[in-house]
Amino acid sequence: MDLTLSDEQKMIVDMVRRFVREQIVPLEDKLDPDADELPPEDLQRLSKITQDMGLYGLDTPPEYGGPDIDLVTRALISFEMSQHRAGLYAPCYGAFGGARQAQLFEATEEQKEKYLYPMLRGEKKVFFGLSEPSGGSDPARAIQTRAVRDGDEWVINGSKLWISGADRADYGLVFARTDPSKGRGGVTCFIVETNWPGFHVRRVVHTLRSSRYATELQFENLRVPHANILGEEGGGFSIANDRLTRQRIPYAGECVGVAIKAHEMAVEYAKIRETFGAPLASRQGIQWMLVENEIDIRTARWLVLEAASKADNGEPFRTESAFAKLVAAEASFRVVDRSMQIHGALGVAKDLPLERWFREMRIRRIGEGPSEVQKHVIARDILGQSLR
Amino acid sequence: MSVRMTKPWQALTPEAARRLSGQLGVYELGNDAGEIVYIGFAGGRSLHGLRGEIERWAKEPPAGATRFRVEVNTAYRTRHHELVGAFRHDHGRLPVANTDIDPARVSNLSPG
Repeated sequence: MDLTLSDEQKMIVDMVRRFVREQIVPLEDKLDPDADELPPEDLQRLSKITQDMGLYGLDTPPEYGGPDIDLVTRALISFEMSQHRAGLYAPCYGAFGGARQAQLFEATEEQKEKYLYPMLRGEKKVFFGLSEPSGGSDPARAIQTRAVRDGDEWVINGSKLWISGADRADYGLVFARTDPSKGRGGVTCFIVETNWPGFHVRRVVHTLRSSRYATELQFENLRVPHANILGEEGGGFSIANDRLTRQRIPYAGECVGVAIKAHEMAVEYAKIRETFGAPLASRQGIQWMLVENEIDIRTARWLVLEAASKADNGEPFRTESAFAKLVAAEASFRVVDRSMQIHGALGVAKDLPLERWFREMRIRRIGEGPSEVQKHVIARDILGQSLR
Repeated sequence: MSVRMTKPWQALTPEAARRLSGQLGVYELGNDAGEIVYIGFAGGRSLHGLRGEIERWAKEPPAGATRFRVEVNTAYRTRHHELVGAFRHDHGRLPVANTDIDPARVSNLSPG
């Protein structure tokens, strides 16, 4: 795999790097250290800049108005746009267009008019409702929320847990069991509007993370029109699998970006901080930590770009995507941990972003499929599909 | 943890404020009628944490506030979102002195 960047990629990387350093980081000096939003006027101004760059709506396909960039370039951007305090869960505070629900691109034309296009225009917010109290890593078996047909409607009862953004969304994608006798084939995806009777956001779930916090939902006889089924009845899990696997690559890239920044800070600090009459950088113990950081970053970066390259070339990339997510999350967590250690007490203070990255990177090892599930995907590839 | 704050109320005085810790967390200011008039948090940039926040309000109480209650909480932002969302669910509006919150960014909770 050739990792030489094209002139266009170099230009884009440089543009995003300058945007983060000159526009985002100075704003963070005035924000609460756990902030995940900018004042509306700042967000509007920054979004105008990313539009002028031609990079607004990064994860929107070109046919829907997104920038026409390949996945390798998208991964390179993800390395850059996360290099600030909120970068892991609020990269550039959404100035590049924010998160998108990829499944809606598979909607019917009528559904697109009502739900997809308002989301793309930034007028409406959408949540993704899959995980339940009974589990999130094996949703095909864990989903207990039931949908029962009643004429032209479905009646949904049940609950969801760990759902980000549902408390401020206009609608969302809710996965419910429509046929208890089938496993994966018995789960259907519904587009649900949050102002319909029977839809409740019961509480905020407090975790290590303060940005993009999770909520708990409850559905009590929530009536959903049959026309709001997304995809096929019983086909909830087959919607946009390819798009979701692609999205896992920039997700992994964001981990690498934070690791790069944490390591950069550790290197600088090790050079200037003196203990017992000599800089930290002169100590072999510190040098080895910095070398281990480099190994972790280079390995993770390579695997993210390899997965992106395979996807761009039309090759199978599910296993590579799992490698990228697994190694990026685990290795970047280690890098942030070592960088905190090098900073000593300052590393755990809110004066620096390291403590926030440490908390949020811990979640990265679980979110979007825990490391163990990624290993399961890889093992299945090694041993064959029959592995259960 | 209850969605709504259940900590005991204290008089909003400089003396009571000085007895508080400097930790991070959330707080509510209330009036004599028992109404919550402001919900705030002591975040990572607060000087002296909850003590500093309450001391500031004790000098200039907003909207007739006469009492306060605090909850130490490192997840102060998400807890603040939750308290404000629950208040709006209960009252259909924000606390009168919370003019610093954009209503469009408030959680639509229905905690029951």
